[in-house]
Amino acid sequence: MSEITLDHVTRWYGNVVAVNDVTMTLGPGVTGLLGPNGAGKTTLLHMMSGFLAPSRGTLTVDGTPAWRNPDVYKVLGLVSEREAVHGFLTGKEFVVDSAKLQRLPNPEEAARRALALVEMEPAQDRRIDTYSKGMRQRIRVAGALVHDPAIMLLDEPFNGMDPRQRMHMMDLLHRMGDEGRVVLFSSHILEEVEQVSGTVQVMVAGRLAASGDFRSIRRLMTNRPHVFSIRSSDDRRLAVALMAQPSVSAVELDAAGLQVRAGDYGTFTRALPRVALREGVRVRQLLPADESLESVFSYLVGA
Amino acid sequence: MNATIASITARGLFGRKRVLVLIPLPLILIGIAVLARAAGADATDWAEPVIVGLGFSSTLPVIALIVGTGVLGSEIDDGTVTHILAKPLPRSEIIFTKLAVSAAIITLVAGIPMFVVGLIAGSAALAFSLFVASVVAALAYSAVFVLLSLVTRRPVLVGLVYVVLWEGVLGNVLTGTRQLSIAQYAVSIADWLTPTDLIAGQVSVPVSWVMAGVFAVGMTALAVHRLRSFSVAGETG
Repeated sequence: MSEITLDHVTRWYGNVVAVNDVTMTLGPGVTGLLGPNGAGKTTLLHMMSGFLAPSRGTLTVDGTPAWRNPDVYKVLGLVSEREAVHGFLTGKEFVVDSAKLQRLPNPEEAARRALALVEMEPAQDRRIDTYSKGMRQRIRVAGALVHDPAIMLLDEPFNGMDPRQRMHMMDLLHRMGDEGRVVLFSSHILEEVEQVSGTVQVMVAGRLAASGDFRSIRRLMTNRPHVFSIRSSDDRRLAVALMAQPSVSAVELDAAGLQVRAGDYGTFTRALPRVALREGVRVRQLLPADESLESVFSYLVGA
Repeated sequence: MNATIASITARGLFGRKRVLVLIPLPLILIGIAVLARAAGADATDWAEPVIVGLGFSSTLPVIALIVGTGVLGSEIDDGTVTHILAKPLPRSEIIFTKLAVSAAIITLVAGIPMFVVGLIAGSAALAFSLFVASVVAALAYSAVFVLLSLVTRRPVLVGLVYVVLWEGVLGNVLTGTRQLSIAQYAVSIADWLTPTDLIAGQVSVPVSWVMAGVFAVGMTALAVHRLRSFSVAGETG
């Protein structure tokens, strides 16, 4: 059983603290590492994968430090955020090379299996620089899991993927998690974790802000207050009617239209058309007001 | 040595546009030697500027700079280096392979033209000694430029300063800097292997051998050491 252990891990660059006193243990199963951009997720992943030394604290993979220890890659597969692949290789060559560099006894067979897992066989003989972003992502995942590692670290693996690919990738991660592997992926898009089972670690501004079960985070996410701006044929009439809705907590009327604060995304969006129809008001525009990720994460952390 | 890394490295190097710079220099080198010979000039008149000036002091170091910084520096630059670093390979194996590929390509692109120039200027013996000296220089330069790729984000610039300012300009003005010039070691070694009145070494032969070895071995050891602690800086934190 593999395990990554972080004990009071801190990393700074000059005066900037990127990761601040993080303590956690990652065991088998899928874990989502969430946080807005700049929260320290990539720095944390780089330290876990031996590409960065902690400034303070200890970080071990199965009991040995990841830093200055190439042997860690026997049990660990890494998919970095940066698209770092040799474009002149074909997909298959890239995965076979990964297998050879892992000194696997049968690189061709291992590559075939990995390519099948990410469903990249149809494009395996094309050069990687002809691939779409999602395909590159998948071929890199194939390269990282070709040696059947007990630990998979993925930095923003869903970037550039369409919903179908995203679902398929999530599926693959879950299958690996269910097989008893440690699977950690990072994401700054909250909606991506909606399909995740397992645990979630939330990072904000370098600190581990929350960790726990995905269900409670998901509940918080769907129930968090939302602000919508609405334009309609009769803003005042709509405002009065909306105020009567239990899902609405505040309505503000201004020159640009209505600003509605709703306590629950689902209930409000279902209620709005009914209310408008009943009042005979024509809704011209419904926009979720810009929510900064920071504010959403701080909300999650505060709750 | 690792065949997979060697093949990726060579393909990556020849896939870059920068490699085109490698073509004209050796052609010019051979072309001038052919012209001088065809014009009936005595080898003693043109061998020194062509072999030392154009060959050991220009063609060889410039080609070594492009190749030596290309085998590892370019991969660090575009991030593809993580593909080989995230594998359970001894870091020494990675460095040795990179050096071997670099030295082999430098020998191919600069060493063989030097051999040809040696044939045109004098004899097969001279050609052979120019070739051997080129290989020695290729090994030393490769170690220097691979190490530079690991200690600075701008290895080409720093390498250019070494080649042009230190070996080139200062080497001509101050005799002291010649003691730390790979090009000068190569000249002395070639002159020692086949003594002729065509070229004359400026640095003593033992110093040349020892210092070329110190450059090659010392810089290699430092490069392995640096690669062990290779850090990837987070771009998005």
